[in-house]
Amino acid sequence: MAIARRKIKSFGAAQSPLLGAAMFSPAVLYILLLVAGPFFLAIFYAFSDARIGNTELHYVGLENFRSILQSPSFRVAIRNSLIFTICSQIVVIVGANILAIALEQPFRGRGFIRFLILLPWVAPIALGAIGWKWILDSIYSVISWVLVALHFYKPFNAPMWLGEPHLAIASVLLVHSWRLMPFSTVILLAGRTAIPKDIPEAAAVDGAGFWRTQLQIVIPMMRPILSVAVLFGLIFTFTDMTVVYILTAGGPFDSTQTLPSLAFALGIQGSDLAAGAAISLFLVPLLVIIAYFMLRVAHRAEVT
Amino acid sequence: MAVVVTRNLTKVFKEGELGAVNNVNLETREGEFLVFLGPSGSGKTTLLRMIAGLETPTSGEILIGGRVVNDLSPRERRIAMVFQSYALYPHLSVYKNIAFPLKAQNVKKELHKAKVEWASSLLGIGALLDRKPRELSGGERQRVALARAIVREPAVFLLDEPLSNLDAKLRASAREELERFHRRVGTTTIYVTHDQVEAMAMGDRVMVLNKGVVRQLGTPTEVYDNPADTFVATFLGSPPMNLAELGDVIVGFRPEHFRPASAAAGDVVPFRLRVENIEYLGSEWIVSGTLAGGKLDAKKVFSRLSSAQNLSLGGAYDFAVPQRELKFFDRATEKRVESKAVSWQ
Ligand SMILES: Nc1ncnc2c1ncn2[C@@H]1O[C@H](COP(=O)(O)OP(=O)(O)OP(=O)(O)O)[C@@H](O)[C@H]1O
Ligand SMILES: [Mg+2]
Repeated sequence: MAIARRKIKSFGAAQSPLLGAAMFSPAVLYILLLVAGPFFLAIFYAFSDARIGNTELHYVGLENFRSILQSPSFRVAIRNSLIFTICSQIVVIVGANILAIALEQPFRGRGFIRFLILLPWVAPIALGAIGWKWILDSIYSVISWVLVALHFYKPFNAPMWLGEPHLAIASVLLVHSWRLMPFSTVILLAGRTAIPKDIPEAAAVDGAGFWRTQLQIVIPMMRPILSVAVLFGLIFTFTDMTVVYILTAGGPFDSTQTLPSLAFALGIQGSDLAAGAAISLFLVPLLVIIAYFMLRVAHRAEVT
Repeated sequence: MAVVVTRNLTKVFKEGELGAVNNVNLETREGEFLVFLGPSGSGKTTLLRMIAGLETPTSGEILIGGRVVNDLSPRERRIAMVFQSYALYPHLSVYKNIAFPLKAQNVKKELHKAKVEWASSLLGIGALLDRKPRELSGGERQRVALARAIVREPAVFLLDEPLSNLDAKLRASAREELERFHRRVGTTTIYVTHDQVEAMAMGDRVMVLNKGVVRQLGTPTEVYDNPADTFVATFLGSPPMNLAELGDVIVGFRPEHFRPASAAAGDVVPFRLRVENIEYLGSEWIVSGTLAGGKLDAKKVFSRLSSAQNLSLGGAYDFAVPQRELKFFDRATEKRVESKAVSWQ
């Protein structure tokens, strides 16, 4: 006891402000170099006429924003970003809740099924997306093959999953949901196990059926953990360009373009750095709102 | 109101293992306060949960109000249960907690307010309706759980150790409150506890369980004064009944009947006690020691006295037990048998 106290004391004596700053600096440095740097560079570019391969820069004011706002593909990209982000969250929350309920009760092979469900999350998204690209391919699609085999469609007449705007949007949405589902399922499973067993039992004795117990007791009790899952999902989907890039590259006719993929297409592939930077700045307000709510959730979790 | 009956009710959790509840036959009386009493792991909770419909019996029948309810959900059994943890809904206010059973059973919305107010005023929590459960003390939570249980006017009340989370003082007052409350609503109540004081104080009848088997069902005085077997004899009473093997019987006598010979009158069995320990408990003294001489030489026994001032540690004294206070048990079955003459020397 005495020794321990002395140790703590000597450690306390060494706690100079300098040491604290030194210990803290890697984190600050990391954020400055990898987050703040690019962020301010993007703001800087957005007000300039920067192009790849062009060493000269001129201040152009709001010119980039004006031209972006007038471009139809930008409006489509904003709409798509919102559709993908919001709809995939709805699909994921409903699906993950169903999966979590199904996987809660013990049954034979539950461990294996949980492992299978987690796979899409651990596999690199690029691999998964390439897999889906084949599944949805215009010629080799296994889905089309099954539909043809079941006589829903004549051979070579099945829908072009990635070739028609509406189907392409639905396909991208599907892959986004598929990708987020495992993470949410695992989080919700953890949330469910954290609820004492006698609470749903009390609800049953009080006369509540399955739906009432789920909707009025269990899911509201999981609200903090549910919001973590949703906020993570929002950020993941809103900032992701891999899925769109691999599946459709924004096509057909820019109909599946999202903010990140359009920024990439214009800024990097199209060499117009300024336009790309301006587009990506449109991500910021929404991300700030999400970050605010995440901090609030974290704070509330700390308090209770 | 209703009567709960079980017929050969059995629950085996793992095949091949001993059942948690074995062949329980029980019949409550209308409006009675029945206590399940037994040590930890004796199957009290399991039995209660089967009656509530939260656990499926392995075999046997449960009847509530004359109807077999084995296949009915908890909702259809018209029971109310108070859990040991209270199981209040943490995200709902006290008002919504109490109103939840009404909502769940589709009681007309206009009636909710009046019913919640009736239940909460009955339990004296009318001022707490806007709070969340985490803002309540243990005693208040217990009352909210009770209010939630009575608001739907159930046929049967099931309570699983509802007082075990309270401190000793609060427990005594909560116990009294619960008794008064039962007298007032008069609903058939089954109350689980492992605390014999609670059981004796509250129960109209007490059912003593051990290892899933009913050992005795009777009024508190019956189980205390006329225990059916040695388990009941030693489980009730503190210190427990003194038991001694004599030939093919076990003879028992309560510590309060084992007193200095000078205080005993009439037909008594005399003993000589070597005093080894004296505990002062305020209103009484617990004297323990060993018997000296006779067949029970060196047998450890307890005595409960209202005064022990003239006894001292290490001394030997003449003690006696009135003949009519002796209880006899079969040595093999440990069941109670008729009084018989035994030789002590
Ligand atoms: N879900 C379960 N699965 C397996 N065994 C169980 C289960 N529930 C209870 N048991 C076993 O059944 C026996 C009786 O348990 P029960 O909870 O009914 O005892 P109890 O009398 O309520 O005890 P306590 O006073 O500690 O609450 C115990 O041996 C326990 O281990
Ligand atoms: Mg129990």
